[in-house]
Amino acid sequence: MANMVSLTIDGQAVSVPAETLLVNAAKKVGIDIPVFCYHPKMEPVGMCRQCLVEIGRPVMDRATGQPVMEDGKPKISFGPKLETACTTPVSEGMLVLTQSDKAKASQKEILEFLLTSHPLDCPVCDKGGECPLQNLTMAHASPQSRYIYDEKSHAAKHVPLGDLIWLDRERCIQCARCIRFQEEIAGEPVLAFYQRARATDIITNSEPGFDSVFSGNTTDICPVGALTTADFRFGARPWELKAAASICAQCPVGCNVTFNTRREAMSDGKVAIKRVMPRQNETVNEIWMCDKGRFAYHYTEDANRLVKPMIRKDGTLVAASWTESLQAVSKALSAAKKDTVILASGRLSNEDLFNLKQLADHLGGEALLYTHMGGGDLTSSYGVSADTNFSDIRQGTTILVVASDLYNEAPVWFLRVKQAAERGATLIVANARETKLERYSKFVVRYSYGDEAETVSALLKKDKIGETLSTAENLVVLYGSDGLGLDGSSALAAACADLVKGRASKPNNGLIGVWPRANDQGAWEQGLRPATDLAKAFHDKAVYILAADPVGDDSNLQEALKGAKFVAVQELFLTATAQLADVVLPAQAYTEREGSFTSGERRAQRFYPAVPPHPETRADFAITASIAKELGFELEASSASLVMERLAASFKAFAGVSYRKLAETSEQWPIVGRRDLYYGGTTYENKQGLGVHLALNTPLPIPSVSVKFLRPDEDHWLAVPVTRLYDCGITVTTSELLRTHIGAAAVILHPDTAAKLGVAAGEQVKVNGFQAEVRLDGTVPASVALLPRSMGFPIDAPAVAVVKKA
Amino acid sequence: MLAEKYPEEIKKIFAKYPPEQKRSAVMPLLYLAQRDEGYITKSALEDIAGILDITSTDVAEIVGFYTLYHDKQAGKYRMQVCTDLSCALRGADKFLEELCGNLGVKVGETTSDGMITIEAVMCLAGCDKAPMFQVQSSQGIEYHENMTVDKTMELIAALRKSGREVK
Amino acid sequence: MAHLLLRHRDIPDIGRLDVYKKNGGFEAFKKAVTGMQPQEVIDVIKSSGLRGRGGAGFPTGVKWSFIPNSIWPHYVVANADESEPGTFKDREIMEGNPFQFLEGVAITAYATGANAAYVYLRGEFWTVAALLDEKIAEMKKGAFLGDKLFGSDYSLRIFTHLGAGAYICGEETALLESIEGKRGQPRIRPPFPAIYGLYGKPTVVNNVETLTNVPLIIDQGADWFKSLGTADSPGVKIFSLSGRINKPGNYELPFGTTFRQLIYQHGGGVPDNRPVKAIMAAGASSTMIVADDKALDTPMDYASVRTLGADLGSASVIVIDDTVSLEWIISKTIHFFTHESCGKCTPCREGTFWMMHLIEHIEHGNATKENVELLHSVAKQMQNKCLCPLGEFATMAVTTAIERFPADFAPSEVGGSHG
Repeated sequence: MANMVSLTIDGQAVSVPAETLLVNAAKKVGIDIPVFCYHPKMEPVGMCRQCLVEIGRPVMDRATGQPVMEDGKPKISFGPKLETACTTPVSEGMLVLTQSDKAKASQKEILEFLLTSHPLDCPVCDKGGECPLQNLTMAHASPQSRYIYDEKSHAAKHVPLGDLIWLDRERCIQCARCIRFQEEIAGEPVLAFYQRARATDIITNSEPGFDSVFSGNTTDICPVGALTTADFRFGARPWELKAAASICAQCPVGCNVTFNTRREAMSDGKVAIKRVMPRQNETVNEIWMCDKGRFAYHYTEDANRLVKPMIRKDGTLVAASWTESLQAVSKALSAAKKDTVILASGRLSNEDLFNLKQLADHLGGEALLYTHMGGGDLTSSYGVSADTNFSDIRQGTTILVVASDLYNEAPVWFLRVKQAAERGATLIVANARETKLERYSKFVVRYSYGDEAETVSALLKKDKIGETLSTAENLVVLYGSDGLGLDGSSALAAACADLVKGRASKPNNGLIGVWPRANDQGAWEQGLRPATDLAKAFHDKAVYILAADPVGDDSNLQEALKGAKFVAVQELFLTATAQLADVVLPAQAYTEREGSFTSGERRAQRFYPAVPPHPETRADFAITASIAKELGFELEASSASLVMERLAASFKAFAGVSYRKLAETSEQWPIVGRRDLYYGGTTYENKQGLGVHLALNTPLPIPSVSVKFLRPDEDHWLAVPVTRLYDCGITVTTSELLRTHIGAAAVILHPDTAAKLGVAAGEQVKVNGFQAEVRLDGTVPASVALLPRSMGFPIDAPAVAVVKKA
Repeated sequence: MLAEKYPEEIKKIFAKYPPEQKRSAVMPLLYLAQRDEGYITKSALEDIAGILDITSTDVAEIVGFYTLYHDKQAGKYRMQVCTDLSCALRGADKFLEELCGNLGVKVGETTSDGMITIEAVMCLAGCDKAPMFQVQSSQGIEYHENMTVDKTMELIAALRKSGREVK
Repeated sequence: MAHLLLRHRDIPDIGRLDVYKKNGGFEAFKKAVTGMQPQEVIDVIKSSGLRGRGGAGFPTGVKWSFIPNSIWPHYVVANADESEPGTFKDREIMEGNPFQFLEGVAITAYATGANAAYVYLRGEFWTVAALLDEKIAEMKKGAFLGDKLFGSDYSLRIFTHLGAGAYICGEETALLESIEGKRGQPRIRPPFPAIYGLYGKPTVVNNVETLTNVPLIIDQGADWFKSLGTADSPGVKIFSLSGRINKPGNYELPFGTTFRQLIYQHGGGVPDNRPVKAIMAAGASSTMIVADDKALDTPMDYASVRTLGADLGSASVIVIDDTVSLEWIISKTIHFFTHESCGKCTPCREGTFWMMHLIEHIEHGNATKENVELLHSVAKQMQNKCLCPLGEFATMAVTTAIERFPADFAPSEVGGSHG
């Protein structure tokens, strides 16, 4: 326990750890000292001067070192000036007055200064209703300004900093929260002040503007309506919005989010999602999220969603009734029995996956996970244990990130690992190419694509790194699939599990898979396994595909799917795969229903319905249960929470997990989202669940896997798949706002490699006959072509390729 | 590119600061960049950012803060007259007004030949020698003190001549 | 009396290394390095009573003694950002007597355990920086800078760093930010530069004039130094005299010289023999002194000037005669501070701008009682709230001009004769 310090604030006795800032000590006992520039996640700067308070300190006797007493109490001496509560740490015996005449006058006067340059356009401002400036003005300011309103100077009100974030220069109060967020937290200092004095304003000079995948967070922490998202600006008033707790479905981090919705005329009287904001979970995403999570949700309300079941009649898919469609599927499955193959992705919830695994088991068929990445069986038993929290990780802990570009694959983990490293954790980044995270690492290990597992196995033998790994008090290993397919990543997982195996069940120790999808870990927990060869798996089978588009990702699978006896596709969109189906079943988006995901850290987290479902769609678990019912097999169809009860009873890791348990919360620090609203939007506060960390499974023996190295000869190159944040998955492309961020499908080459081929950036090349434009990047290894996943390249694992100028 | 153009100067600049404090070189590098164009171009920002391994936004904020860096082109010589308190008590305002009248420009404007920009600036620490001004050009900054309008016009004639020669 | 700081006025070539050496140059530095422990040097400066000449008047030796020996490396920074309107003394020292200043830097560095020192010059001092660079090179050649100085283990390097036009960089933490390649915005204090200074390391920041005193004190002793000036303010001071004065310029005089002596005996009085109406003793940051007999006969030392409700500051004495309206004066100071506010803290950024707005109103025919009162009130409202002293400075002349010269703000007076 840290040294405790006792002090008195407004007559209340407070005891807090030494070093606590006064503003936080006050907050702990419910005293709100007004602030603008201060933010509990960032270093205090004392700029806005809103938090000036009167501070008295005990007079010490120089000779004895003891407080001087007066009338039986320590004599207190007040300084001549007010002091900023946000920069002053508590000290023993301090007497703080936040409500004295002097302090109150100061709070009023600073507000008057701030408002001299503020446009007071609250009636048309997006922040109005949840605006710290507005709230503090109501609470502390004089009802009248002595500045003549008509003589206010004006500034540009619609300045696009990038295509996602807009700046209103008039509203800005120069608190620098956005600049400091980009510098301190995101590590991407692309915002700055320009000019000085009253002319001070915010600029970005990056190309493209505001080049950061965390940019949306600045709009949350902006204490005025100066920064707004292109998505939400002029979209709605905060008080019209309903809030639904949810989990971001874009990656395995599992950021807690809130969907803000409104029933509105512009959406034909339907309830529409107006924005997504992070919801506080200090062990998962703190109060941050990435721009992909914030802006990609539009796919859930896309006009092209499937809204009616379809059956193929005379070669064409035509609308059909649910009854007819379900009967068609169940007929096919019941005929196929053990020749049934169910293929589903980690886009589905734990409950959906449970039902379909049950169905597969009932039929004696197979339930396959649609993924290019292996090792989930190992993360189930060697994963990070309960009480693991990146926020607690500091000196003494080593973090190894291997074959993962966290910035692109799981941005909030990038933030959390970066900050752990800045707090003193030893970060080792191993990859075949340079990634952004390396900037914060102590050691960089560079290997050739294909050498991943070997490299990790050899790490212990490396002098300094080996010592770091073996002597670390704690060790967290994150592995991914940068340049890897199923075999390579499985081998890598085994090598990584070997590093952590003795450490299981200790907090802040263990293995984390940087999965391609939000609930891949949940699928592994329930025994779904990837297919080594999909084409073979489909052959002559009755295939039931959910939330996956194998044909869209690899057009070669089109023929394979045609070789299936029967194909049912349960989806949100009429994907390339769905177009080949015999029956298409329209599923609900996760925003329309209940469910839970298991994050890469193995935290089960609940999401709640945010909007009413399309009338004729159904939840995935319910559709599966209906098919089962036709087959005479009873599965839970009515509610996700009842499915979870069965799930919890079936798997040791889920033992004790229930929807009630998942909804539990406890007080978190910093305290956000209460009536003061200093720290941003109204939807931060987590009232609907922090989730439950799954218990570890009995350790599996770690397989010894060896992979065949691909060593191309002189005429061949290595083509490897990599993940880009903004990709062509259907959950991204449907967001208008992100379209320019995705860009064209491109083969990424080192400039020297391109020169050898005689191609320049923007020109076309053919990789194994597949044509795309060339992008140059100095971090790509020589004679390697990076092919971003989901952009149309038929590649799910590294391959020897012929690369030619087209 | 600065690095290719002024390798020696850049080496000298870096020698002043601890090797892990490269960012300290941003101000001297901006002066170096301004030597060529008379102001800081967008490509100079990128250039310096590259040399220092910081973002060009971080370089731009320096240009915006300090008044001796310019983000726009002006005359070849910026004639910056101090009109602050002490100088004004010795007639600096009147001096500036007459000078502008003679040149046919307003404060902040540039003569039509693009040679001279007249600016009013804050205290230059030449209070006892007012009227005074500094001339900022690619050659650096030079003080001219105890000036009269006539003397200044002679100086301008000389500057115009040498300015044309430099061209 | 011969000049102690402005020695070039007696020995014109003192800026040449051989001449400086011939006149006892670098003896003090040698004495310190070869014959004194750093702590002894600090003790001598402490007991001399030398106070910072940049404006705050903080005891120099005490400042040095705050440098902890638990954190390394240490830095010394010479503040040559001289930008206060009315101040032009450091420039003359550096141009005329550069070696004595640099020797002061060197001794300070030795005393505080620094092996690197920076001279931060305002950007406009381009030619002064070039001159100092030359002088530093000469010192290196003469083995007064570099490794193993005077046969000891002590090594020192001095570098110049040019600012680029920002008054605020005279504030020591803003200055440090500026050397670090950032916007010159003041840091929150504590921690003070002595603990967390340049590059986060213990740093002493001293004004040029302060540092130029150091070799003298080491050479001639603390007692000698204390025999000059007054008990409160020992030594000599360079008074920068400007404004309505016949002979403006720098005057090196003992502390305790009266305003009257400075203005009439040394400065040759006021043009056209106009009476002195007001005095600003510390440049644009001054409060307005009513130039009555009592004020004129007040000795210029830190304590005595305070009895006039003013500060001596950097001793930049601006003389204002009766032809000038104080309303015009504060318009100048307000415009200055509005331009130079760094924009970091609210009261200064918004307050200076508001004051500018109001004084423009007042100047353009709106000198109503309400506007003048509002101006006064806005200035008052800024006080004690700002992050650094600049914001407070911006209000000094404003409040005191209105309080002490109310007639100048009466509607009929405004817009009268001035510059």
